[in-house]
Amino acid sequence: MTLFDLLELDFVQTALIAAAVLGLVAGVLGPFIVTRKMAFAVHGTSELAFTGGAAALLLGIGVGYGALAGSIIAAVLLGVLSRRESDRDSVIGAILAFGLGMGILMLALYKGRSANKFGLLTGQIVGVDSTDLKLLVVSSVAVLAVLAFIYRPLFFASVDPDVAVSRGVPVRGLSIVFAVLVGVATALSVQVVGALLVLALMITPAAAAMRITASPLRATVLSVVFAEVAAVGGILLSLQPGLPVSALVTAVSFVIYLVCRGVGAVQRRSG
Amino acid sequence: MTAISLRGARLSYGDRVLWDGLDLDVEPGEFLAVLGPNGSGKTSLMRVLLGLQPLSSGTVSVAGGNHAIGYIPQQRALDQSMTLRGRDLVGLGLDGDRWGLGLRNRHERRVRVNAAIESVGATPYADKPIGLLSGGEQQRLRVAQALVGDPTVMLCDEPLLSLDLANQRVVSELIDKRRREANTAVLFVTHELNPVLPLVDRVLYLVGGRFRVGTPEEVMNSRTLSELYRTPVEVVRLRDQILVIGAGACEEQTHHLTAEAAS
Repeated sequence: MTLFDLLELDFVQTALIAAAVLGLVAGVLGPFIVTRKMAFAVHGTSELAFTGGAAALLLGIGVGYGALAGSIIAAVLLGVLSRRESDRDSVIGAILAFGLGMGILMLALYKGRSANKFGLLTGQIVGVDSTDLKLLVVSSVAVLAVLAFIYRPLFFASVDPDVAVSRGVPVRGLSIVFAVLVGVATALSVQVVGALLVLALMITPAAAAMRITASPLRATVLSVVFAEVAAVGGILLSLQPGLPVSALVTAVSFVIYLVCRGVGAVQRRSG
Repeated sequence: MTAISLRGARLSYGDRVLWDGLDLDVEPGEFLAVLGPNGSGKTSLMRVLLGLQPLSSGTVSVAGGNHAIGYIPQQRALDQSMTLRGRDLVGLGLDGDRWGLGLRNRHERRVRVNAAIESVGATPYADKPIGLLSGGEQQRLRVAQALVGDPTVMLCDEPLLSLDLANQRVVSELIDKRRREANTAVLFVTHELNPVLPLVDRVLYLVGGRFRVGTPEEVMNSRTLSELYRTPVEVVRLRDQILVIGAGACEEQTHHLTAEAAS
């Protein structure tokens, strides 16, 4: 089949829509995640999304809901347990390892198709069906709506917490709300790129954008563009050769990152 | 109307009393320096005024409430790769605490932010990444960030710390200019009185639960400080500087010559 034949398939179209929606959410959240130094937290959350998904598989519930539940629980746990900045790293490490172990146990107990098992870890966007898509779109709209509402105080708290506190911004509450938003977005990404590779959508595009501009608005726009190119472009590239989607998404994302690092280095030298 | 008013204010953590019976009125346009060794409750006083820390007893009021306060923190190293320009930092001082995206009145916002940046002379570098600016440039932008909200009270938490002498002067003069032009009350927490001595109307000196309020002459003398520290302290005026020589009274203070005297 040619690429155009492939594009007419329902499941391919669903996958592309899912990727586009995810690219938007991940791209918008990314600069906040990078500024707040939450890359490891995202990784930890995604492992718990995997655990949730595995549990759902075992219980016969939709994997998407399981992943969502798992990562929201993870986000809240991380928010509550790591009250002190210095604790955060080790708390994430402890929870992540436990969650991953539990997930593997549940997969071992699961008697169904084994393709589903690896899908959670390495991605299976072509497995996204229309109910998953509905959940994805509704969750994404919810995430973006909440983010729009808390945007300015969250930005204040992320870049300038001392002064934000002085202006009465609820810095601590916002960090829990944001962790939950990240949790939801992570759970959605897990279905596309898998738990192990969520960072390719949530971190890399934003990190690349922030290399080449100091304007927060421009960084967000670029981050969305990069995430879209990586997510949608990765799928398109994977179709014809029949390669794993996640491999190409991460590859595109990383190439963009390398280019931006180069551009950023040149900008700094000249300006 | 009084800008800041404390009545019978007490702050204690368990048995430890930071200060008690503190009555303090700061008038509009007044420059009050808050001095004292680490742990004497200077930062806690600031937190009380910002509404972040409830008093153990007594009352506190700030004219105009939290929104009327311009807060200037210490200069500290910012991440060089931080995606933030001076202009963004100043803008946060204007409406960073409001909910929503703030898409309306962009023009008016830009005008106010530009005016605040201009007033501290930061226009040439307002669009550069803030992590690449010098400490002095960052603190000027901090002053603009505090001014852009048109405050009636400025709370300055050691804003000169880690700045060189030239920048200490620039930043303290910007704060002074604001209080003269707009009659803004200034509460200035510092380890080091000398850089702001010409600007100071009154001093609040906190030591181990005791305190004294008065003009620099009334407080910064050997008798008063010896009483506060409960140990012999010598205060010497040298040209326009005040030197405090204490018997290990507060070794962490740079303007106290303990270390030099001992060595």
